[in-house]
Amino acid sequence: MTDLSSNTGGIRSPNPFWLASAPPANSGAQVQRAFDAGWGGAVWKTLGTPIQNVSSRFGAHHVTGARHVGFNNIELITDRPLEVNFREIEDTKKKYPKHAVIVSLMVESRDEWRDIIKRSVDTGADGLELNFGCPHGMCERGMGSAVGQEPKVNQEITSWAVEYSTIPVLVKLTPNVANIVPHGLAAKRGGAHGVSLINTIKSIIGVDIDRFVPEPRVGGLSTNGGYCGQAVKPIALHMVASLAREKEFGLPISGIGGVANWRDAVEFILLGSSSVQVCTEVMLRGYRIVEDMIEGLEDYMRSHGFATLDQMVGKAIPQFSEWGNLDLNYETVAKIDAQKCIGCNKCMIACDDGAHQCIHHDPAGSKVPVVDEAECVGCNLCKIVCPVEGCITMAEVPNGWAPATWNDHVNQGLALRPKKGAH
Amino acid sequence: MATTPIDPDRSETVFEDYKGSYSRDQALAEASRCLYCFDPPCVKACPTEIDIPQFIRKIATENVRGSARTIFASNILGMSCARVCPVEKLCAGACVFNDLHQAPIQIGKLQRYATDTAYDAGWRFFDAGPDTGRSVALVGGGPASLACAHELRRHGHRCTVFEQRAVAGGLNVTGVAPYKMKADRGADEVAWVLGIGGIEVRTGVTVGVDVTLAELATDHDAVFLGIGLGADSALGVPGESLPGVQGAVAFLEAMKLSKVSVAGVRRAVVVGGGNTAVDAVRALRGLGVADVTMLYRGDEAAMSGYAHEWAAAKVAGARAEWRGVATGFDAGADGRVAAVRCQRLDAQRKPVDGDVFTLAAELVLVAIGQAKLDALVAPLGLDTKGGRIVTDADGATSRPGVFAGGDARNGGKEVVNAAAEGKRAATAIDAFLRGSAR
Ligand SMILES: Cc1cc2nc3c(=O)[nH]c(=O)nc-3n(C[C@H](O)[C@H](O)[C@H](O)COP(=O)(O)OP(=O)(O)OC[C@H]3O[C@@H](n4cnc5c(N)ncnc54)[C@H](O)[C@@H]3O)c2cc1C
Ligand SMILES: Cc1cc2nc3c(=O)[nH]c(=O)nc-3n(C[C@H](O)[C@H](O)[C@H](O)COP(=O)(O)O)c2cc1C
Ligand code: SF4
Repeated sequence: MTDLSSNTGGIRSPNPFWLASAPPANSGAQVQRAFDAGWGGAVWKTLGTPIQNVSSRFGAHHVTGARHVGFNNIELITDRPLEVNFREIEDTKKKYPKHAVIVSLMVESRDEWRDIIKRSVDTGADGLELNFGCPHGMCERGMGSAVGQEPKVNQEITSWAVEYSTIPVLVKLTPNVANIVPHGLAAKRGGAHGVSLINTIKSIIGVDIDRFVPEPRVGGLSTNGGYCGQAVKPIALHMVASLAREKEFGLPISGIGGVANWRDAVEFILLGSSSVQVCTEVMLRGYRIVEDMIEGLEDYMRSHGFATLDQMVGKAIPQFSEWGNLDLNYETVAKIDAQKCIGCNKCMIACDDGAHQCIHHDPAGSKVPVVDEAECVGCNLCKIVCPVEGCITMAEVPNGWAPATWNDHVNQGLALRPKKGAH
Repeated sequence: MATTPIDPDRSETVFEDYKGSYSRDQALAEASRCLYCFDPPCVKACPTEIDIPQFIRKIATENVRGSARTIFASNILGMSCARVCPVEKLCAGACVFNDLHQAPIQIGKLQRYATDTAYDAGWRFFDAGPDTGRSVALVGGGPASLACAHELRRHGHRCTVFEQRAVAGGLNVTGVAPYKMKADRGADEVAWVLGIGGIEVRTGVTVGVDVTLAELATDHDAVFLGIGLGADSALGVPGESLPGVQGAVAFLEAMKLSKVSVAGVRRAVVVGGGNTAVDAVRALRGLGVADVTMLYRGDEAAMSGYAHEWAAAKVAGARAEWRGVATGFDAGADGRVAAVRCQRLDAQRKPVDGDVFTLAAELVLVAIGQAKLDALVAPLGLDTKGGRIVTDADGATSRPGVFAGGDARNGGKEVVNAAAEGKRAATAIDAFLRGSAR
């Protein structure tokens, strides 16, 4: 039997899929529908002193042929009365005792933190998430990413929360920092039971080039917003992995940022996430996406021999290293499968103008280009632009050179193979 | 026990798939195009209400097993439906891309990709429920009974299917056009459905002859009638019994299960304008008959055969003679049919005085409908209307414990209707069995 159940810093859920703190987790009716659809947990839309939002508040990054690959918002925390939220949280927890209900919080003073934490704990919720991440609006008021960008403040507020809370505390980190590690460590010093990341990335999603106003437009003005959705996954993966491999860190991680399907979730888990949170993909397509996420993860675990989630959390971390540890003598070259090639020559123009000018027309006149393997540096560009799956592969070249990393070279004088394409 | 094997050396094997299968890349590309609509028209257009956006998204994420599960959960005959459904009239015809004047999603081909992958991999998704000790007799081994039996097994009721032919599968094996699905693939589906266990199939048993319906009703706790329609209807005109004049469904069955010869046939006429007529026309062209004419009493716009099917028949080189009826057949010197005598009709389908003509033909297939089998159910005293067995929405007939679905109930629709009706009836049978005292 494959066991999908997850435990993030003592917060347990039947599967690792949680709604991120955002519109899909705005109300009891929504969260309960999500649980019925299969979600294992939900981080309630951030509570604090209710705010007033603008209209409109979302923008999207459309790319030719694909809509909304990236998404941005300028909405703030909850705009609903606190008592209503707390009543619904309690009701949800009663009806769904096995699911994880986490209350996301953002207030200012120590007294406010004490008060709101007590009320949150009283709902029967499974955990708290401190929103130190929101990069717009709230930070101007000294909250959100204004806290998350200052390790000292982060640590201090975290320690208050841990003091007042009888349930696990996760700290939600902002990606709007140069290096995530000190911020994760600050949360740890504050006593957090785990961290969640990433929140949204400061961004301007686009500009209305006829009105000269950035988007989304609020009357005649706009402001910077938070970027999220599938496009941010690479940034999120890096930040999750950076903390996961940090020896001093060691806290559980709830991974967030661009998760759209089971494969994305598997990637986050392999890089150290015990749970994954989703906002944008649910906003775009609905709670129903979780069915595929559960099935896909289950199938993946079965086919890779993982009986429990723990067995796969962080499985790719040992293979995430420093540049200086990569083998410089490892060599690959591009191979084009003549049977599969359709003759679009996209690889040729990419290599010509963007790489090392080593893909040429077939001298014999066929439509299949040829790779000058003596010049090919194995950069991967041609494979990336090739529209035919499996047509271009990067083949390992047994060049006879013993492995040597940059660190080996500098520290032990190990020999490096001659450079290619550097003339 | 279940079925005799399909003859590998049969006439239909000359046909190629009209809509081929997708490679993985093709399936991914097409699946990624789907908008993942919510509560969409495609699902409403599917009689079995498969969650189409969900199964397509699962192909796009390469969760093909989950995709197949989604399909089979709604329609256990999803593999054959993927091939034989007139998707242009059903799901794909309702796809929102039509409103954008863009090509609709190829739902049938994607469904074929997922279900074929499941068959190839041997994935099974459903287990029989705990034995209830109840048993159901299912008359006819076609799509309606198979869908019904599978669902009954999930509820834990034992099933016995009585099929008069040597093979089970109904028209899905003996009737559907070979360029959509060949008989062996239909038989694969029968085996797949029976894989749930606990369904006994008795082939070669004609209910009403070898065993009576009344006996079945006594021996079992409930009866499901999935008997479909009967033999080809006849025109009732002189010369119809000449060699070379044949019912179209009978001819197609012969082609699908054994060998038919069109040697010496240069010209053929198919009488009728429904889908069976169009299938027969395309089959004859595919078998190599040079000149195939469809003789139909109405205009092109009035034919009940689907426009997309007829368009494909025209591409295959078929011709039509509109507003004509066959009034008799003439024999040639060899005693076989040589010509069809025809009468022209006007727009009101009244004979046009003096407008008669002749079509030369060495083979004539009559495709004007199939007989109804109401005589079989007469001893049970079931309500019928126009030859159809009358039931409520769930398939319950006028006699408690007797249910019906498929062509026998709906008068002749599609495989997917039979699948939907069979499954729905199973739910009603289950409720009946649980409600009735032993
Ligand atoms: C030529 C032709 C082509 C078609 N093409 C398509 C297509 O492309 N796509 C599509 O969706 N639909 C098509 N259809 C329609 C489709 O085949 C039927 O709607 C569907 O098979 C109905 O299923 P059923 O189970 O109700 O009946 P059937 O498939 O007719 O099965 C009934 C079974 O009951 C058996 N039976 C009957 N009487 C008795 C008895 N007394 N005792 C024991 N057994 C009995 C019969 O032998 C038969 O096997 C086609 C039909 C025809 C005639
Ligand atoms: C409209 C919107 C509102 C959000 N509101 C909150 C919030 O109230 N609290 C919070 O911690 N994060 C909030 N987020 C951030 C998300 O929880 C999440 O961290 C981020 O969107 C990245 O995940 P995704 O790519 O799955 O969307 C919001 C995001 C969006 C798009
Ligand atoms: S999504 Fe709903 S709330 Fe938002 S603009 Fe559209 S209709 Fe209004």
